[in-house]
Amino acid sequence: MSAIADAALQAAPASKARGYWATVGRRIVRDKVSMVCAFILVAIFLSALCAPWLGLADPYQGSMIRRLRHIGTAGYPLGTDELGRDMLARLIYGGRLSLVVGILPVILAFGIGTSLGLVAGYVGGKINTAIMRTVDVFYAFPSVLLAIAISGALGAGIVNSIVSLTIVFVPQITRVAESVTTGVRNMDFVEAARASGAGPFTIMRVHMLGNVLGPIFVYATGLISVSMILAAGLSFLGLGTKPPEPEWGLMLNTLRTAIYINPWVAALPGAMIFAVSICFNLLSDGMRSAMDIRN
Amino acid sequence: MLIYIIRRIVYVIPIVLSVALVCFLLVHITPGDPLVAILPADASQELANQMRVAYGFDRPLPVQFGLWLWKAVNGDLGHSIATGRPVLTEVMRAVGNTVTLAIAAALIGFTLGLFFGLIAGYFRDTWIDKVATSIAIAGVSVPHYWLGMVLVIIFSVQLGWLPAVGAGPGGSGAWGWDWEHIRYLILPAITTSVIPMGIVTRTVRALTGDILSQDFVEALRAKGLRETDVFRHVIKNAAPTAMAVMGLQLGYMLGGSILIETVFSWPGSGLLLNSAIFQRDLPLLQGTILVLALFFVFLNLMVDIAQASIDPRIKRS
Repeated sequence: MSAIADAALQAAPASKARGYWATVGRRIVRDKVSMVCAFILVAIFLSALCAPWLGLADPYQGSMIRRLRHIGTAGYPLGTDELGRDMLARLIYGGRLSLVVGILPVILAFGIGTSLGLVAGYVGGKINTAIMRTVDVFYAFPSVLLAIAISGALGAGIVNSIVSLTIVFVPQITRVAESVTTGVRNMDFVEAARASGAGPFTIMRVHMLGNVLGPIFVYATGLISVSMILAAGLSFLGLGTKPPEPEWGLMLNTLRTAIYINPWVAALPGAMIFAVSICFNLLSDGMRSAMDIRN
Repeated sequence: MLIYIIRRIVYVIPIVLSVALVCFLLVHITPGDPLVAILPADASQELANQMRVAYGFDRPLPVQFGLWLWKAVNGDLGHSIATGRPVLTEVMRAVGNTVTLAIAAALIGFTLGLFFGLIAGYFRDTWIDKVATSIAIAGVSVPHYWLGMVLVIIFSVQLGWLPAVGAGPGGSGAWGWDWEHIRYLILPAITTSVIPMGIVTRTVRALTGDILSQDFVEALRAKGLRETDVFRHVIKNAAPTAMAVMGLQLGYMLGGSILIETVFSWPGSGLLLNSAIFQRDLPLLQGTILVLALFFVFLNLMVDIAQASIDPRIKRS
């Protein structure tokens, strides 16, 4: 901690013009844990994105005679699944759907929640009450229960999973956004903007958004970890995508029957979910402490 | 104090009504007719209409909600479409098993969480802190349903020490606190406990750190208090917030048990919810979610009141 603080102290006077975000950026780049996590995440993202060009086996092509091969079998570095499909290929291809379904809800909720929270916090009064009391209702459900209830009612499917997870995260982000906005609203620079004739929309967009976005963003990054676990959990239950699509949660579900035959191959998809989730958590923690420059 | 409690209870009423409304609407956001799932594909229009009238789906929504709410208040949540038994009976029996699991998991998770959190906060920035923080991060990041599978692989498949699924030798029958039953509880309880363990550790660590950096701790030490007595002050100050977090976590364990109960075939409310979803048993789905959400609201109320009764600062705000 003191090393980081020293670095910040040295960095600050070196170039007076360096702004807050540049300082935060420098601090996060110097944080080893954050950088390792960022590297792992980039690797997983890129491999999922470039999967068709990596020379992998066909993730849909099964074979009855080479089912459930062990990890390290020649030609199948991570073994094969219950239908004889190459696990390495399926894990990498699986990243495509798993990452989209895990991350998109947080991005959508970030947009919706920030807007709602900003309006509630800035306008206040009846609008604040209306928005925040509605948010309270969703807080009356444990998030896993809410996600499963909505998904279960809407029926299985990728779009329904994304919708239900977005509904789960909007209230949480709205609450954070509202409390941050309320904190900034009465600051002098907002008063000054108002005095110089800026309308509420301009004030919110130009003067407040930049000041509230940081903490909300960090909070949202932390949610990605939860979202990944929940999204994969929904398809683990059979509420997400359908076979034979490669997706980590669904793969974990279909391989569950194989734990008596080839347990460690069956556990692989969960390890991927774990890796992504823990990296996002550590990255979020790293960003939080990098942005907390006062300490 | 009494005024605070009354105000808090009054505040809960609109929440409870809205929760009921959300549960009620769940059935109606379903694409298509809620009866489609239970009618045979070749059912005549006439039969469909008869069923619709029988279940009251032909009336306007607000009327349906009013009737449903009135029945629910009187303890009638309708009948399960799949089994024909009253929803409330089914849910209550399952909730009992979930409570058993949640309490066992809470004992493990909270004890470890408090322990790790206190030592991590006290020995901040030492290796002890790093180890405890890493355990906590792993706890909140692990997909718990996967951890359950891994534990089954190790302790049931490979070592053969503990049963992989179920809640007792004779199926889901009567639970008892003897070794024959507890064997079945160990793996699901450990799996359920990792998230609360991680969250309690992180909360208590932050609280302990904050409290130790306050001036009054300096004053206590200057007065010559022994370190164990200083520690007692720290615990006292951390208690209200830590308790609130633990209460919330207990609620999450009760309401969010579906994934773990599915992995271990634990016959609780989560497994019931799972079967309700896949048999499209909408009254059962609605009823289970309502009961679980009400549990959660009630638990939150209890936590708030308990918190206010031990920390006088809360009532004033």
